[in-house]
Formats: sequence, C-alpha cells, structure tokens
Amino acid sequence: MEEKIIIAGFGGQGVLSLGQFLAYAAIADGKEVTWLPSYGPEMRGGTSNCSVVISDEKVASPIISNPDCLIALNKPSLYKFESRVKPGGTIIVNSSLISDKVSRDDVKVIYLNSLELAQEAGHPKTANIVVLGAYIKHSGLFSLDLVAETIKEKFAEKPKVIPANLKALELGYNAI
Amino acid sequence: MAVVFEKTKMLTDVNFHYCPGCTHGIAHRLIAEALEELGCEGKAIGIAPVGCAVFAYKYFNCDMQQVAHGRAPAAATGVKRVCPDKVVFVYQGDGDLASIGTAEIIHAAARGENITVIFINNAIYGMTGGQMAPTTLIGQKTTTSPHGRDASVSGNPIKVCELLSTLDGPSYIARCALSDPANVMKAKKAITKGLKNQIEGKGFSLIELLSTCPTNMGITPIAALDYVKNEMTKIFPLGVYKDIDAAQK
Amino acid sequence: MKQLMKGNEAIAEAAIRGGCRAFFGYPITPQNEIPEYCSKRMPEVGGVFIQAESEVSAINMVYGAAGAGARAMTSSSSPGISLKQEGISYICGSELPCLIVNIVRAGPGLGGIQPAQSDYFQAVKGGGHGDYHMLVYGPESVQEAVDIAYDAFDKAEKYRAPVMILGDGMLGQIMEAVEIPPMKDPATFPKKDWVTDGTGIGSNRRIINSLYIEPDALETVNHRLFARYKEMAENETAFECYKTDDAEIVLVAYGTVARICKSAVNMLRANGIKAGLFRPITLYPYPYEVLAKIAAQDSVKSFLAVELSMGQMVEDVRLGVNGKKPVEFFGRTGGAVMSPEDIVKVVMQKEGR
Repeated sequence: MEEKIIIAGFGGQGVLSLGQFLAYAAIADGKEVTWLPSYGPEMRGGTSNCSVVISDEKVASPIISNPDCLIALNKPSLYKFESRVKPGGTIIVNSSLISDKVSRDDVKVIYLNSLELAQEAGHPKTANIVVLGAYIKHSGLFSLDLVAETIKEKFAEKPKVIPANLKALELGYNAI
Repeated sequence: MAVVFEKTKMLTDVNFHYCPGCTHGIAHRLIAEALEELGCEGKAIGIAPVGCAVFAYKYFNCDMQQVAHGRAPAAATGVKRVCPDKVVFVYQGDGDLASIGTAEIIHAAARGENITVIFINNAIYGMTGGQMAPTTLIGQKTTTSPHGRDASVSGNPIKVCELLSTLDGPSYIARCALSDPANVMKAKKAITKGLKNQIEGKGFSLIELLSTCPTNMGITPIAALDYVKNEMTKIFPLGVYKDIDAAQK
Repeated sequence: MKQLMKGNEAIAEAAIRGGCRAFFGYPITPQNEIPEYCSKRMPEVGGVFIQAESEVSAINMVYGAAGAGARAMTSSSSPGISLKQEGISYICGSELPCLIVNIVRAGPGLGGIQPAQSDYFQAVKGGGHGDYHMLVYGPESVQEAVDIAYDAFDKAEKYRAPVMILGDGMLGQIMEAVEIPPMKDPATFPKKDWVTDGTGIGSNRRIINSLYIEPDALETVNHRLFARYKEMAENETAFECYKTDDAEIVLVAYGTVARICKSAVNMLRANGIKAGLFRPITLYPYPYEVLAKIAAQDSVKSFLAVELSMGQMVEDVRLGVNGKKPVEFFGRTGGAVMSPEDIVKVVMQKEGR
C-alpha cells in the first residue's frame, strides 16, 4: 500500500496541520510516512501545500508528481494541482470556498462544505478536521477511533478545543 | 639581598619579539601582574588577536587561544560561556577591534559578556607595516595615507570608549595611556578593575591603552611616547567612560 | 518509540543527545528550526545558546567553546555557511572538533530558499583557505541525519576535525518518524588533554592556534591533518548500494535526491530497465573505491549522476569511475526539485525508448 496525498489551500486554513494529523495517524497505525511542506514567503496569506506519503514500506521519494488524492481547500490550489491527480484518483473539493466543478471525468470528486460542518461542530477553525474525517472515510486508511485518539493526544495541552474537533471529525466522516 | 622586583609568574620566560620602544611589552606585564595579584594562576584563559600581538600565546603563562582577525570577542564569548568560572581576557589591537572586528566588540559589549578586553590603540597597523588604522589621527601619515589621513577620503578616527559607553551592557570602560610611569600605574589600576569586575560577575569591561609604534611612525621611542601624550590624547581623551560602581554610589 | 519530527528539530535533539551543550547561530531560512529548538532545549540540559550577531561571530563562538572543551555546534544555510568559511578554516587549522549543519538552499548569491545541493564543492573540496577537509555527511532521511548527528562529536573528537551535515531544505523541513536515541552520559566521553579550560600553567598550559610561521612546522601540521584524513577514509567511508548487483544503468545521488532516485530505480525496473543507485553517505571521504568496483562490473553500461546543482558531485563520480564507463549528468537547480518521473524520462531517452 502506498498513498500519496497533496493538501493545498491558503495559509491559515490548517493545510499543514491537516497533513500532520494524517502523518501522526499513520505512525500510530504502524505505517511509514513522510510529510513535506512547501515553505517560504507563501506561507503568509498565500497558498500553502504539503505532500504526505503513507506506505507499508519505507518511503523513497517524498516528492509527489501525481497524487492519489488531492485535497483542495481553495480555488488556486484546485487549479494548480487538478491536472496532476492520477487517473482514477480522488479530489476532495472544499465547496465552501470553491464554487467551480472539477472538469476531469477520470477522477472521483468529493464536494464537501467544510465550513458549514465546522460551524455545526462549534468552531469554523475546525474545517480542516472536517476534511480529515471525510478523507479517512473515503480512503479507509485509518479508523475513526484511531484518528480521534490522535486528535486528543495532539490537543492535550488545549483540552478546551478537543470536543469541537472530535465533533468536526465525526461530521466530516459521516458526510460522505 | 632584599628582592625589590620580580617578574610576574603569569608571564613565560619567552623573550618578547616586540620592537624596541613598543609598549606591547608594558601592556603584557600589566595584565600578567594584575592576573597574578587577583589569584588567577591556573584560572585564566587569554585570547590573542591577529596583529603584532599574534604571538601573545607564547608570553602569557596560562591557557591561550589564538583566533581570527577581529573575532576575539566572539571566541571569548564561546570560551566564557562554557567556562563561566574562569577569567577570560581578550587582547586586541586597533585594526583588529575597531575595524574588522567592530561587530564582534559591539555585540560582546551589548550582551554584557563577562570578559575583560584590553584594547591596544597605537593608531597604526603594526604587523603589516604601518598602514592606516581606524584610529589613525587626521593628518597622520601612514603607508596607505602617505599625505596624511584626510577625513574626506578616509573618514575619521573611531572613538571606541565613547562608542561602547553608550551601551547598557558594559560594567567598566576606561582609556589610559602607556606614555609615562604615572599613566602606566593608572593603566594597571584600570586593568585590575576590569579583571576584578569579571571575577565579581559584573560583566563586560574594556580598557583602552594608548600605545606607541615607533618603528612604523618612523620616530624615536621617546618621541613616540610624546606623540601619545601630546597628540593622541587630544583626540582620545583619557578617563573613565563608564563605571557601574561609580554610577551606583 | 518512534515519533514524528521535523528534520531540523530532530538534528538538534540528536546533537544534544550526543553531548552538544553549546549552540551558536544566526537566523536564515530554511534552517531556523534548529536555533529555535536549541534556544528552548539548551537551558533544559544546562547548555549554552547564543544568537550571535552574525554567522562570522557564531562560528568563532564555536571556535572558542570547542577550544575550551565543550561539544559545540552551529547551523546555517548556504549564504551563512559562506560567511563561516573563515572560521571553519581556522577551526580545521587549530584541530578543533565541532558540528556544522548546512541546510542547503539554492544559490549563488542570495539565491533562493528552496532545496539545493550546490554547496557540494564548498563542503568537500574546502570552502575556506588552506589545505583541510571535514568529515562531510549527506543523509537521505531524518533518521539517518539523527544517527549522524548523534555520533558526530565522537567522530569529530576522534579526528579533531569538524563534522558537517550537508542537508538541504527538504531534509530540514520534512517530517518523518524517527527513533531518537537516549542521552549520552558526558562522563563516558574520552578526556581531551588539549583544551584551554583555564587550568593550564607553566609546562601544562595549552594553546589553541593555527599560526605556524616556520614553513617546516606548518608542513608538518598539514601532513598530520592529512594522515588523519587518510585514517578517516579507512574508517568512516559510508555508502549504500541499492539494486546495483545486476544494474546496467547506475544512478549516483546523495541526500534527499537519492530517495527520489530510489523511486525512479523501481519505476525503471517496472519498465524492464535494470537500474540501480549508488548513494555516497560520506561525501568526504568519498567512496571512490566502491564506485570503481561497480564501474568494473560487467553488467554496468553507464552512470548517471543526479543532483540539485549544475553538476558538482558528478566530478567525484568521474574520479571514481575513472573512464571505465560513461558518466552522464542530470540536474535541476535554482531550488527546483526533480521528480522520480523526470529521472525516468531522462534514462528512457538515454536508452532510446
């Protein structure tokens, strides 16, 4: 098994942390993983992305040309990476910010109104966790419980935010 | 027979290589005597510069590091931070401290680094053969200011004590002259205070010593001493520029 | 237990576990996580952290601290490492052990901040003045970088020379699962009788110095240094051969690029091309002999050096191969990084497919 994911959006949308949660979950699940961020000035307000490779074996290249899955949190990211997704791959589109439809017909597309669900969960900042929930349901890579445990662990120092994040994870999971 | 004078134990028996009439030897002796009097035997680490005093590591009877041009305050910072209970002294000339090493000295002073810097200002590059120094006086002839230093071309002498005393870090900043016995005795007191401040953990101190270079000035040793006393002190006035003890009183 | 760590932070922690108790640095992207991590961590372990006024000062602080006996390190990225070259030359001349980390970015000049390998010559051929070398490693993963940083001071002290980790922006920024080894006990470190810790006097006093005004004396010192480098080559040369046994085309790459090449090798093999990878782990000493052996293999038809530069390590590949087989080059530069597919395409074109 090897799954290559590109996550992209505006700086501040939780692009990098969404990728990190996947990486933490992968380790908790005994898998090999690399998380490689874009870095530099674009982190401030511009577009930001990270590449996550999850594998049963040691990851060779952390660089992804053709992802199995693109998670596009804003419009520029969809335009930038849409054509690179593997035929038969998946694009998760954050429809709360992206009104356009994916033009390709050789990929599976999931439209997810992450912001609406995040507000339902109790905080708009949990939108990236909504997407995380949807992704794990779609990919079947990790159980909901395992990722929920990871979230509890990583937010251990900020216990107040845990309930909304767990709720967001569940709403995202059940949205597809 | 009664012993009236003994060479300090903090100097080795190696003969100085300095030119006749040069005051480096006096400066070395003052530092070594002060170290001995303060009980620094087996507790001192000296940092030698690039310049005429590059061989200082041969003369001081303690652990020594010879370092790159201008970088002595940085190296001393490294030494002092990992050996905080030892006495670390830095010996630098004017080209070393006030030209290539301005960043290092200013930041060591600003950090209040608990070291003692002895700054030899003889207004000329000695080792390389008499070129213009950052402290060369206006009108002074050197091999790179053959018609005399012209401020419109080469800028003005840098006044290190004045500059550093504006910082909050230093505990003691003083300028002395090695021009005559009375001033040499004052210099010894200043050096002792600088080292004592370090031992007491008061932080950075710098003692500037106006010095001679008769060889490169092309004058006799006595004329060089007179030059220090009569000309250099006009631009570089002697005195204490900062003393946190005096400020507290 | 394995934990997810960023390359830069993992290197810092591993160096500390390996005995580092003094860090001196200056901010520059993409290595800032190293000084940031050390600023928090050093006080916890009774160590020293100083943000110096410049890279020049930082390396000279390392000089002072290493000379006084501490396990000291600095880190920077390309333009900053250029500034440290004077100090590195002095450190090598004064025979001081330390750790220097270069998280390389693209150049020349201010260049860019994205990954590159264009400081190879500077690292292995001597970036400063004079006859000297350092033990230079090009780790491919966070775990390998951790293992190297952990033992760096033992090696540096053994050879009384700096160890350099030549990483790149990818290695610094990537997060991977790593096993961080336990804290080494300083009591177990070999005693150093040459340090200027202030206790010397009379015949016991120690001098840290790189000045030898007599040519004969300096020549003796340089011969001593190079005798150590020879010993270093015998003991420390490290490399990895990946599927080279039956390879017809051998890629040669180091650091993160080698990982990209591994993916390319597997893709090429899936396409029926017998590809392999030779990966030097030590860049100085360079594993010339192993490369020569691979070049002598009947199966091997050619070599392709793959680098994030205009072609630097390729010169060492040519020295190792020594004309036995053709050596070609593929590089990206300016911060652009090749994908495995890019490498596959280059090889396929070469093979006429």
